[in-house]
Amino acid sequence: MRVLEGERVTRYFGGLAAVSNVDFHVDQGEIVGLIGPNGAGKTTLFNLISAAIALKSGVIRFKGENITGLKPHQICRMGVARTFQSIKVFANMPVIENVRLGSLFGTSSSMSPVDATREATGLLEFVGLSTVRGTPAKDLTLANQKRLEVARALATKPELLLIDELMAGLNPTEVAQAMELVTRIRDKGITIFMVEHVMKAIMSICNRIMVLHHGEKIAEGTPQEIATSRKVIEVYLGE
Amino acid sequence: MILKILDVFICGLLLGGIYALIAVGLSLQYGVARVLNISHGEFIMLGAFGTWSLYTMFGINPLISLVICGPVLFVVGFFLHKTLFKSLLKSSASIGAFEGSSLLACFGLLFIIQNIAITSWGADIKGYSYLSVPVNLGGAIFAANRLVTLAFAVGIGIAFYLFLARTRLGKAIRAAAQDPAAAGLMGVDINHVLALCFGFGALMAGFAGVLMSMCYPIKATMGLEYTMIAIIVVVLGGLGSIPGSFIGGFILGIIGSIVSYIEPSLSLAAYYVIFILLLLVKPTGIMGK
Amino acid sequence: MNITTFISKRTLVPGLITLILLLLLVTSPLYAPAYTLILLTVIFMYIILTVSWVIFSGPTGYMSLAPAAFFGVGIYTAAILGSKLPLLIVVCIGGLFSVCLALLVGALTLRLRGIYFAIFTFGLVMLIAHLLLFWELHVTGTRGRFVIAVDHTTVYYVMLGILVILLLTALFIRHSKFGLALQSIGENEDAAAHTGINVTLVKVITFAISAFFIGAAGAIMATRWTYIDPFIAFNPLFSFMPVLMAIFGGMGQLYGPIIGAVIFAYLEEFLITRFPYYYMLIFGVILVFAILYMPNGIVGLIQKWRKGGQAGEDAGT
Repeated sequence: MRVLEGERVTRYFGGLAAVSNVDFHVDQGEIVGLIGPNGAGKTTLFNLISAAIALKSGVIRFKGENITGLKPHQICRMGVARTFQSIKVFANMPVIENVRLGSLFGTSSSMSPVDATREATGLLEFVGLSTVRGTPAKDLTLANQKRLEVARALATKPELLLIDELMAGLNPTEVAQAMELVTRIRDKGITIFMVEHVMKAIMSICNRIMVLHHGEKIAEGTPQEIATSRKVIEVYLGE
Repeated sequence: MILKILDVFICGLLLGGIYALIAVGLSLQYGVARVLNISHGEFIMLGAFGTWSLYTMFGINPLISLVICGPVLFVVGFFLHKTLFKSLLKSSASIGAFEGSSLLACFGLLFIIQNIAITSWGADIKGYSYLSVPVNLGGAIFAANRLVTLAFAVGIGIAFYLFLARTRLGKAIRAAAQDPAAAGLMGVDINHVLALCFGFGALMAGFAGVLMSMCYPIKATMGLEYTMIAIIVVVLGGLGSIPGSFIGGFILGIIGSIVSYIEPSLSLAAYYVIFILLLLVKPTGIMGK
Repeated sequence: MNITTFISKRTLVPGLITLILLLLLVTSPLYAPAYTLILLTVIFMYIILTVSWVIFSGPTGYMSLAPAAFFGVGIYTAAILGSKLPLLIVVCIGGLFSVCLALLVGALTLRLRGIYFAIFTFGLVMLIAHLLLFWELHVTGTRGRFVIAVDHTTVYYVMLGILVILLLTALFIRHSKFGLALQSIGENEDAAAHTGINVTLVKVITFAISAFFIGAAGAIMATRWTYIDPFIAFNPLFSFMPVLMAIFGGMGQLYGPIIGAVIFAYLEEFLITRFPYYYMLIFGVILVFAILYMPNGIVGLIQKWRKGGQAGEDAGT
């Protein structure tokens, strides 16, 4: 089943096309990678899907329903969650509270405060942050803040998770841990669409990869196909 | 009939000249230095009262006051930024936090300056007469001082445009307005440029105050209304666009003239209606980013 | 909400003090001179203005300069309806009209960046004053109105009542799910929106709640000023004072605005007769200094003293 699809999605900033006529789709259970040089429009595309910014033209559908024009909180409650390239944690709140907010507000059914705490505790364990549950989010390391965003996103019970550069700035050990976390999330039944620069991670865990360049989709295929595509190599070498 | 329309139109231009100046001033302060200076009107008031004092006490020609009051207010603005706003910038966690705290600081400044004025000059209305001779332009009568005001407003606008376009400092200001971080990397002393811009904003306010004091009565509490007009023009022209503010000033002036022709006491309300429409339809204004 | 969170070691002593204070205040009219009662009424009024301002502008970071507009709406409600309806109804309607204004302004501006909201509220006071003046001159033919006077003891009790309800509301919000959402918006609005919170709705509702109490306070205060006109009722000073009191007192805790309000209400009372314009000048200077050097107000300074005292305990329910 097509969990997410977009047709001719376009967005301008000033006179420049940040995203131009991009078609994309993500099927259930997949991990789809989104790569491209800096400024290619990857985060912009995520911002369009999660409605952080508005489309100029095109359509985006989630589970067959048109979600173009909805507000971020509505899309979240429908089952799409995301993390951010520039970390957006609730800095002065403790880690557990950050996740609890997802449990309390992120779903269309309401949850009691006690259940929310229990669920948040479970999620902290899932991502490996149990030891810092009381620490203010701003005092965490970068890697942990990224994991916190993942936990918070998971608390909203998504069917689709958009992960934006989870591994930027991580050392090799942390990258391996992050990769393992992503596969564990997929194993829970959540479909994943991820922007990433760390090639090794993308190539090894994605079922399919999309390549953006200057706002346009220039290639799409299996990791093998992308790794050997002349077009893609040129684009990266040329930068 | 045609004559009436022309009359209203030209009155609008005369009004617009002042509006353009104050809007450009505020645009410099908000667009570049990111300070929404709600005490802007108080600087206009200071320019007006400075001129009044110089004229009534020493007989100094208001046009000469342009080069006295203007630079004095420039220095005040420059100094304020170097001390107050630079401090706030350093202690603010984000641009949003800085915008908030600098707004409140300007709110404080508003009360300080207004009350200095009231204690110095009193709260009642003052005025003086200068060049209030009628001038006949093809059948329509205008006061000479208003025409001089328009001439100077346009002149200052052009001079400033040339300054921004041609001089090294002007280009640095435009760079800083576009992207402060990049400008800093290219060797522009960003703090200095920000302070200069804030000073230029106060300079414009001073000029506007001098000019308007020639045509209208003044009082120590006049600042608020001018601040609001400046803000509306800046939003109309586009937050962050200096040429937009200049053009927007004239547009609003013409609208104000039309409304004044029908019902004078509703011109501020009319400006607000335009403001509300902008917020509903296009908050980024005519030329906004 | 868990009752046991209220009755803990931390809240027992302040709770008792508050109760005793409340008892004293409620019984004051029996033994205190009229002057004291009137002064206390003004202090209550400023606390209401300041706490209401903080309820919204504190968590969200949206700087509202609208209190004077809501206050004026309350005043004019009392002026127009005071002779026709019972006092408490008039006070509630004053609050409700302010809520309507807040909903309008909020719906228009709170979906945009904070700067538009600040600008709009800044000009609102002046705009309403001008419109009212126009209305009075051209439609009703009056300039200004007379308000039915009410004795100072009644005014005292009504103001105290509004204050108590406000403080209870503030406490309730703080410890509720709504308050948590509000706090998260202030921490990071984008993240809050993406975590399922309807940020615009939360902001508008909070803004409306703060407007209610300010309007109600205006309605009852009007009865102390027998004559009002648009420029008396809609005075930017009533936006300035809450800001000053909140910044100086500190916006983090509930008692910060209260401290700020008490200090400056008393100072104003003391200075206004001696230095009618100088005192505003001084207050302006204090505001600027407070923004520069005490961004967290007196509360912030106190918390710095007791550094590390109770940092870990504030983890919600």
